Amino acid sequence: MKWPAMGYARVESLDELWQVLDAAGPEAQILAGGQSLLATLSFRLSEPSGLIDITRIPALRGVSVTGGTLRLGALTRHADLGRDPLVAAHAPILAQAAPLIAHPAIRNRGTIGGSLALADPAAELPACMVALDATIVVASRSGERRVPAADFFQGLFTTDLQPGEIITAVDVPVATPASRQTIVEVTRRSGDYAMAGLAAVLAVTADRTVDAARLVFFGVGSGAEIARGASVALTGTKLTQATIAAAQGALAGDLDPPGDLHGGPELKRHLARVLTARALGPFLAPAEQAA
Amino acid sequence: MNEIVTPKSLGLSREDLPNSYIGRSVPRPNARKLVEGRATYTDDVTLPRLVHAAFLRSPHAHARIVSVDPAAALAVPGVVRVFTGADLAKVCDPWVAVLAHLKGMKSAPQYPLPLERATWQGEAVVAVVAESRAAAEDGVAALAVAFEPLPAQVDMETALAPGAVVIHPELGDNLVFTRTAETGDVAAAFAAAHRIVEATFHTGRHTGVTLEPRSIIADYNRADGTLTVHHSTQAPHMMQNVFATQLRMAEGDVRVICKDVGGSYGIKVHVYPDEMAVACMSKIMGRPVKFIADRFEAFGSDIHARDHRIKGRLAVDAEGRFLAFDIDDLTGIGPYSVYPRTSAVEGNQVVNLCGGPYAFANYRCTTTVVLQNKSPTCQYRAVGHPIATTVTEGLVDLAAEALGMDKVAIRRKNLIRDDAYPCTSPAGMRFEGLSHHASLDKLLAMVPVEKIRADQLEQRQRGIYRGLGLASFIELTNPSPFMYGIGGAKISAQDGCTVRMDPDGSLVALSGVTEQGQGTEAILAQIVAHGVGVPVSKVKVVTGDTQTTPYGGGTWACRGAGIGGEAALQSAIALKEQILEVAGAMLQAQGSSLDIIMGEVVDKATGQVRMPLAELGRIVYYRGDTLPKDLARELVQTRHFITKEYPFAFTNGIQASWLEVDVETGMVKLLEHWCVEDCGRVINPMLVDEQVRGGIVQGIGGALYEHCIYNEDGQLLTTTLADYLVPMAAEMPDMHVGHVETPTKESLLGAKGAGEAGTAGAPAAIMNAINDALSPLGARVLAQPFTPDRILRALGTIA
Ligand SMILES: Cc1cc2nc3c(=O)[nH]c(=O)nc-3n(C[C@H](O)[C@H](O)[C@H](O)COP(=O)(O)OP(=O)(O)OC[C@H]3O[C@@H](n4cnc5c(N)ncnc54)[C@H](O)[C@@H]3O)c2cc1C
Repeated sequence: MKWPAMGYARVESLDELWQVLDAAGPEAQILAGGQSLLATLSFRLSEPSGLIDITRIPALRGVSVTGGTLRLGALTRHADLGRDPLVAAHAPILAQAAPLIAHPAIRNRGTIGGSLALADPAAELPACMVALDATIVVASRSGERRVPAADFFQGLFTTDLQPGEIITAVDVPVATPASRQTIVEVTRRSGDYAMAGLAAVLAVTADRTVDAARLVFFGVGSGAEIARGASVALTGTKLTQATIAAAQGALAGDLDPPGDLHGGPELKRHLARVLTARALGPFLAPAEQAA
Repeated sequence: MNEIVTPKSLGLSREDLPNSYIGRSVPRPNARKLVEGRATYTDDVTLPRLVHAAFLRSPHAHARIVSVDPAAALAVPGVVRVFTGADLAKVCDPWVAVLAHLKGMKSAPQYPLPLERATWQGEAVVAVVAESRAAAEDGVAALAVAFEPLPAQVDMETALAPGAVVIHPELGDNLVFTRTAETGDVAAAFAAAHRIVEATFHTGRHTGVTLEPRSIIADYNRADGTLTVHHSTQAPHMMQNVFATQLRMAEGDVRVICKDVGGSYGIKVHVYPDEMAVACMSKIMGRPVKFIADRFEAFGSDIHARDHRIKGRLAVDAEGRFLAFDIDDLTGIGPYSVYPRTSAVEGNQVVNLCGGPYAFANYRCTTTVVLQNKSPTCQYRAVGHPIATTVTEGLVDLAAEALGMDKVAIRRKNLIRDDAYPCTSPAGMRFEGLSHHASLDKLLAMVPVEKIRADQLEQRQRGIYRGLGLASFIELTNPSPFMYGIGGAKISAQDGCTVRMDPDGSLVALSGVTEQGQGTEAILAQIVAHGVGVPVSKVKVVTGDTQTTPYGGGTWACRGAGIGGEAALQSAIALKEQILEVAGAMLQAQGSSLDIIMGEVVDKATGQVRMPLAELGRIVYYRGDTLPKDLARELVQTRHFITKEYPFAFTNGIQASWLEVDVETGMVKLLEHWCVEDCGRVINPMLVDEQVRGGIVQGIGGALYEHCIYNEDGQLLTTTLADYLVPMAAEMPDMHVGHVETPTKESLLGAKGAGEAGTAGAPAAIMNAINDALSPLGARVLAQPFTPDRILRALGTIA
């Protein structure tokens, strides 16, 4: 299908963006990497009055560390996540996630802001941000707002973004020596959206006691799903095969997956249990891993 | 071996015979053009006054068209006209896709756009023509079409049951065709059997997904009453006849041109109502009309295939010899049989091919072909073969397990002996010469079976489940008129080639077979270069134009090399003789004492160069006055070829798949794949290997990924490439290809088809490998595609 006719504007600064947004009205849409938006236009699933291209705004770019915070500009490309040394050092789960997202050509264009704003239920980055307890930085003409990731995602393709607001950056607490971060998923083919996936961020002491755990699933619900029961089952105790089994058991209460073309809810529940073991297994004591 | 000189047949090296091109991996001359984006696909063609079509497609599986109000669409800027079924029926006769030799077959008349009812979701219902495709889509969005949804017959299993929705009431029921082949005494064989194995298999409905979608420009010229159609098709001459017949024109007034075609796989050899609508609209408007299917509409309007449920039984004796196959096939083909090849051929092929590689006496196979409210199905790469091979090879593995026999041993025991030819299969297929045992031997030389079995055992200890699967197959190629012509379809089984020499000594070959990316033009150039004796770079090939190429069938059913190639060889040889006669007159020598090597006339005995072809050309074309008056000097020859001895040239082969099943997730990881096949003479080993590999990949698609999924209301759910999973490079295993060469004696070239072998055997090999992997766990899968969901169900992991 061909796109409907629409306007296009490319802005060079946030100030210009606010002006153009005012002029364009609520039907206009932000265009970042275009890797999701352009496909929906081709299907005529949405017919915005115009596109406002934000990819030339310098303030939305860059990766930096200040104090205990890793800041990722909204225009950070998926490919950048995979090769940026600051990301690898301070939020390794994002570096691990990058190659799981789509294919190289898409990763070269797709942006972190676009992925988070879209909130696809099977996307990796929203789950990672919730697992990392990141803060989404949003801005509008009237100023900046900081929203914890867990509050930002509100369901199927739904976020806390208000009309006139955009994501400008994400603030991620930097990893500590106790941090254990991992992302695992099941896909039919490499680059596909996950049938089921898990982003896990733990704080584990030298004696393998789990001080904190956030298991966040994707592809098994309406968005990034925090498995609260499973996370609790792991917390405050040593990580063992038994606690992993307890976490798997708790998933029954945590997840209520819908079926999709790959299969029914039972398939997703099963895969969530498998992924839990696969994600946590490498953090077990070596003796237990071999078992 | 046939009398065709190759370096090998003379015991010479390639250097000794420089213009021997048969059996040589010559790079494809058109490959560079394709990768540089300099090809001419139908969508690259623009014409003055061109308008573009888009279609409103039925949102319902079955619905009455209550009303069409075009007013708002006509008000959209750029929209030129709106057409309904009734508008087009004024210039176009409906078609009924039946073949006379498929006894009792019936189907309903089909129009470019339906008159009263839409019978599948995705069927084109109303056309909008506009100055651009985008404007046409705006027009479609503005159309007001009222549908009254009707009950839909979606499930093929209930299509013949009492209470089924009869899709075309005038037909009485939903039965399109049924045929039973029976040989020997099946009941007695089963009664006397040592063991009987049985199973029910499903092959998943899937489709071709060509890189270039279906594309057409129809250009009716009122000034001279001609219709020129630029078409992405495999069969230009067949389409010429169809356009002429349905639009009530003289065949000679229709010209079909098909330049580059971006893949076809059988998808582009059928009559599509939306494409016929384009021709009708051009005729009515007197303007060129373009339609390029987009991916979204392609999923619901390209033909689908392989929607079969097959129950099979195999009776064996105590030694593991096959006594009888008993097969019951059911297939749902959508609401119409597809013109002109019909949608009964796939089921008919299942009847022809089950048990094909094996020697046994008793056979019964029934196919039942029924209507349903889904996209029409028809011939897709390896028509019926993967289905028959799945059933046959699935049953063979079951029999081996029931007898505790080795899976190689049971095949070796039952494969038709290599010295048994010619012979006729219980299904009535006549085999000229096959090489099942030589192929099996070659496969076993390539597959490290012992190492694999040792690894399999070792991995199982660690909870890793790997499996090896085998599948022997036969493939029907080089079809004679017995395929379609005898049934009344105007599809040529004969093909021709004209080869001419121009003054500079270069050659032009015009062929009735076509190129869709597989390299037809490359092998034609090789054959002509070989036949005349020139460097291959001196040969240009023209295909895909009904007005300039000899009449022919096009490229499908693996006939390009075997039929088109032989016509090219014969005309090249005839041209060579003609050139030598002229050269003899010029050089005052006997033509028979001369030869042509690398573009030069040489003395046959000594190899001494006598005259370059360019010099001969110069004299013939510019100084003909210097030649004897009565010398025949036409440097152009045409030959046609049709097979006469056998209805089909069968090929054979065997595949092996080695894979790993993740029994926790149900995911299958392909580790390695092998195929040995016998396509007769290999003209270009590189192209044959790539055909086999590409075919295997499509077989892998059917086995693991590709599936047109419908809900119970007949809504197609897989309409994007995110939901319809095609096999992709990252998941493909290394594929090893080997050859045995048993040339057909029907032609000098000796070539049979190679394009479908990979697809024919791969799904069965993968199924058997998965079941081999799962065997210690007591699980088995028989329904394709073998998805994680199905594998986990078979394992009992999920209910
Ligand atoms: C074939 C294919 C496979 C894919 N597979 C995956 C996958 O496996 N996992 C995955 O996570 N993703 C996948 N994607 C999606 C890809 O990651 C997209 O890049 C991403 O979802 C959107 O980012 P974008 O920059 O391209 O956003 P765009 O497409 O430009 O925009 C998407 C939406 O976000 C809005 N938007 C963009 N930036 C901002 C901002 N800064 N503030 C507010 N709103 C904004 C837009 O208005 C639009 O609504 C796939 C895409 C394709 C085409």
